[in-house]
Amino acid sequence: MNLAKIKRVALAAVIAPMLTATASAYELVIPSTDYRTGPYAPNGIPFANGYSDYFTLINERDGGIEGVKIANPSCETAYNTKQGVECYEKLKDTPPSGALAFQPLSTGITYQLIPKATEDKIPVFSMGYGRTSAANGKIFPYVFNFPATYWDQATVFVQYIADQEGGMEYLKGKKIALVYHNSAYGKEPIRTLETMAEKYGYELQLLPVDHPGQEQKATWLQIRRERPDWVLMWGWGVMNQVAIKEAASIRYPMDHFIGVWWSGSENDVLPAGEEANGYLSGAFHAPGDDFPVHDDIKEYVYAKGKGKGDVDRIGEVLYNRGMVAAMWTVEAVRNAMKIHGTKEVRGEHVRDGFESLNVDEKRLEELGMKGFTYPVKITCENHTGPGKVALQQWDAKAKQWSIVTKFYEPLRDITGPLIKEDSEAYAKENNITPREC
Amino acid sequence: MLFFTETVISGLMAGVMYALVALGFVLIFKASGIFNFAQGVLALFAALALYDFMSPDGWAAALIGFPLPVPFAILATIGVMIALAWLIERLVLRHLVNQEGIILFMATIGLAYVLEGLGDILFGSDVKALDIGIPQGAHDYLFDQYGLYIEKLEMFAAATAAVLVTVLALFFQKTRTGRALRAVADDHQAALSVGISLRTIWVIVWSVAGIVALVAGIMWGSKSGVQFSLSLIALKALPVLILGGFTSVPGAIVGGLIIGVGEKVAEVYVGPYVGGAIENWFAYMLALVFLLFRPQGLFGEKIIERV
Amino acid sequence: MLYRETGQFKTSYQADQAIFPIAQDRWFILGVLAFSLFVMPFLVDDYLANAVLLPLLIYALAALGLNILIGYCGQLSLGTGGFMAVGAYSTYKLVTAYPDLNLIVIVLLSGLITAAVGVLFGLPSLRIKGFYLAVATLAAQFFLVWMFNKFGWFNNYNMTGQITMPDADLFGIQITGPGAQPGVKYLFCLGFVVIFALAAKNIVRGRVGREWMAIRDMDIAAEIIGIRPMFAKLSAFAVSSFYVGMAGALYFGVWLGSAEPVEAFDINQSFLVLFMVIVGGLGSIMGNFFGAAFILLLPLLLKNIMVDGFDIATVTAKHVEIMSLGALILFFLIVEPHGLARLWQITKEKLRLWPFPH
Repeated sequence: MNLAKIKRVALAAVIAPMLTATASAYELVIPSTDYRTGPYAPNGIPFANGYSDYFTLINERDGGIEGVKIANPSCETAYNTKQGVECYEKLKDTPPSGALAFQPLSTGITYQLIPKATEDKIPVFSMGYGRTSAANGKIFPYVFNFPATYWDQATVFVQYIADQEGGMEYLKGKKIALVYHNSAYGKEPIRTLETMAEKYGYELQLLPVDHPGQEQKATWLQIRRERPDWVLMWGWGVMNQVAIKEAASIRYPMDHFIGVWWSGSENDVLPAGEEANGYLSGAFHAPGDDFPVHDDIKEYVYAKGKGKGDVDRIGEVLYNRGMVAAMWTVEAVRNAMKIHGTKEVRGEHVRDGFESLNVDEKRLEELGMKGFTYPVKITCENHTGPGKVALQQWDAKAKQWSIVTKFYEPLRDITGPLIKEDSEAYAKENNITPREC
Repeated sequence: MLFFTETVISGLMAGVMYALVALGFVLIFKASGIFNFAQGVLALFAALALYDFMSPDGWAAALIGFPLPVPFAILATIGVMIALAWLIERLVLRHLVNQEGIILFMATIGLAYVLEGLGDILFGSDVKALDIGIPQGAHDYLFDQYGLYIEKLEMFAAATAAVLVTVLALFFQKTRTGRALRAVADDHQAALSVGISLRTIWVIVWSVAGIVALVAGIMWGSKSGVQFSLSLIALKALPVLILGGFTSVPGAIVGGLIIGVGEKVAEVYVGPYVGGAIENWFAYMLALVFLLFRPQGLFGEKIIERV
Repeated sequence: MLYRETGQFKTSYQADQAIFPIAQDRWFILGVLAFSLFVMPFLVDDYLANAVLLPLLIYALAALGLNILIGYCGQLSLGTGGFMAVGAYSTYKLVTAYPDLNLIVIVLLSGLITAAVGVLFGLPSLRIKGFYLAVATLAAQFFLVWMFNKFGWFNNYNMTGQITMPDADLFGIQITGPGAQPGVKYLFCLGFVVIFALAAKNIVRGRVGREWMAIRDMDIAAEIIGIRPMFAKLSAFAVSSFYVGMAGALYFGVWLGSAEPVEAFDINQSFLVLFMVIVGGLGSIMGNFFGAAFILLLPLLLKNIMVDGFDIATVTAKHVEIMSLGALILFFLIVEPHGLARLWQITKEKLRLWPFPH
């Protein structure tokens, strides 16, 4: 690969139109390894648009991070691990700064990058996906999975269910079914839910669905037979749409059907039409486009014709998720500049930036995101932050998601030991000595 | 007992859905000996085109100013599929006459790639909710009166499949073209020597397979929304095909029903004991067991070998 | 002009039966080998190793295995992904259970375990033929992946179901894990590929190979002249799976480093290797390398040209890349249905006569 070429393209794409005397030659390379093709493209596109648009906004409105422009080269992974590895190798040394952070956007790619990026000293920001036990910063110094993990989310769902049933003690004897994508991703919450089942006495029914999940008759027949009180879903891609439709067909009450945050976008509910009304899903940020930051994106990015997507689709759940991921990344870079007193930060500096990240209410308001998400503070040993999760509900008439609960605190007394156990097993298998925090 | 009935009925219905995909394979294999890997992508392409003609942002709307109503959109899609069949014959099949099965199989994979890319470029890769007015959800009367759950979409699919198979059977048995098709299926050279044009026949067969793909695309697309994953339904048709035989239209239907019922019953009654999600491999194991007794599939033509 | 065998006389049967009877071929292959062995390791960087060379070598090895089965013995298999998974999981279990075992031994043992599984799933081939046989192997594909995904024993009861290759070294040099030098990984894989490609070349020229080909060309006739179909078919399944299993071991251990059964060994993997075999040329050893290069590197090349050279958006580039790959497959099939290996042979024939074709 000709590196000069990559540089030229990056330059042309991002700063050529803005090339002024004040722009310094140093650039902050934050690549997008996105997927706009393949079976998961419908979910990948809005996320990728949100992610890129936010960087464009920072460049256009603020002239970059502290005056240093962001270069955002992209590489298509098609949600495929092997192509993801190729993308990583291609982008990691992009001059001048080298890649500052990777957002791998798939469980498989994240697992690939954890050892590689640690070796190359580039932080991996797997926001709300990837390896849950990477929350243990002592063992995974270069991996960040804030603001919350799948396990946090599982505990929140159980708390929500308890709230609806009248309290934790009412969980006893209740039946909860988990419909999950039969892969590492889908299996994530099982241990947490099992541990909680032991503690609170509910009965857990596990129903795996094989990729791609277009045929779920057998799964939903079992739900019809067992009639669980609640159904949780860890789904992805076409599996979500079919599951919601099947649930509607067997007339399962939608407000007792809760999806993970990757099963709660417009794409997932729209094909089911009116019947999806009332379906719930997890969320760590708000849907909709009525925050000041969205106005800025429309003004500085789309009005100038620099948006990646369609202006009408700003504010979709996954668009906002891409945006919030970019926001935290930008804040981490800013923080790295502050800590190290240089504007020419590298991957390892940004890691420090992530590790002492503190985006509080005040900062969110400055960014035009007041109430968009909750404050996040990362420490050396806790790479997953507060882990709070709310539930959002689909209104099929208005075709709108809206947050319907408070942000629940996760039950860390349940997930904590599990994280410790899993991360220590990893450390032992790979001869990693945990660092001191 | 009621639940068992329900499982079996659901299995039958799912089987019909598989059979719809398998039918397309059978048609092409029968007439040209090609194992058409692109059948799934054809279904996706057809569904994408249909959605596009009906959508206000589609090509049809851009061209004539308003989106096509459902019947016209279907007709237009059929037109597209016929044009596609013609192109495929013209650009690919014509040059591959008399090649081995595996080479032709590979060619259809190349074709699948081309259509996949083309579909994405022309129609975009979002999930599209396809609604051509097919009823959906559980059948109300049966559900409320007897507590029996049958999906309306699938009843509709079953009826469509019945009509489709009848029409195909009539077409094959009663029309001149149909007889020519059967002649080609029996023996290419003999058919050629009595004056049947192989090229025309291939265009016709691929057009018919394209229309069957459209039906499959509509049914599956109404269920899950039209998106890339639709092309993966081809995998669901493989065990059906193998069980029913590559060359038999009734085989595709019966095979579909057996696979559908078999895998649903296995998943619901055996699955929970071994951890679930056994549907996929169970379908193949079932087909395998049948094959051990009838190596040419249930309805396949007996293989006669000469040395 | 340069490629001419005039004046090369064979004075012994041995010389006549050499793998490369023509001196130029011999020099060419030796040259390629010398370059790959002595120059390439110093040129590779992470990108070249992880995105180009390792996949190329590993898939070529897998294609070699599948070609033995399809190209030489005529038994269609779509279970490659499943068999690679067997190789990968054997490696994982062996390396975690016996950390002191030599890595070469582990890869070979993984191959042997896969061979046993391959024979098991090859049994239906005694009764079923052609596309129908594909079902038996597809059953293997889906069943094996399901099994590895389902039972915790295979991934040492890991909570996430992923398997991760621990760092392992050979004679004190680190081979696996992110810290290993790209050149070392490359050489390790190259060693296996070269040795076993030569072995395959010799097997298919020998008695066993001839039996396979007889079965492929007409099984009943072969049986009549005294070839045991059961032995021939099952040995083909065994040898083929042995190769595929080793490829799976290298795929997981050296290249990827971690894997999840559902994605890393899914049905697409089987198809990918099958494409390589067909595009490269059925019944050819050299063809596997061409096929792997075509299927793996062409998309990469197209992508890099489009994205870096012409600044086309990655998504459009991807669509065009898929379409071009499909169109090129069609093009090559129409030009030469017997694969790139045959094209190579024709080129050589032409070269022999060049510049005086008459």
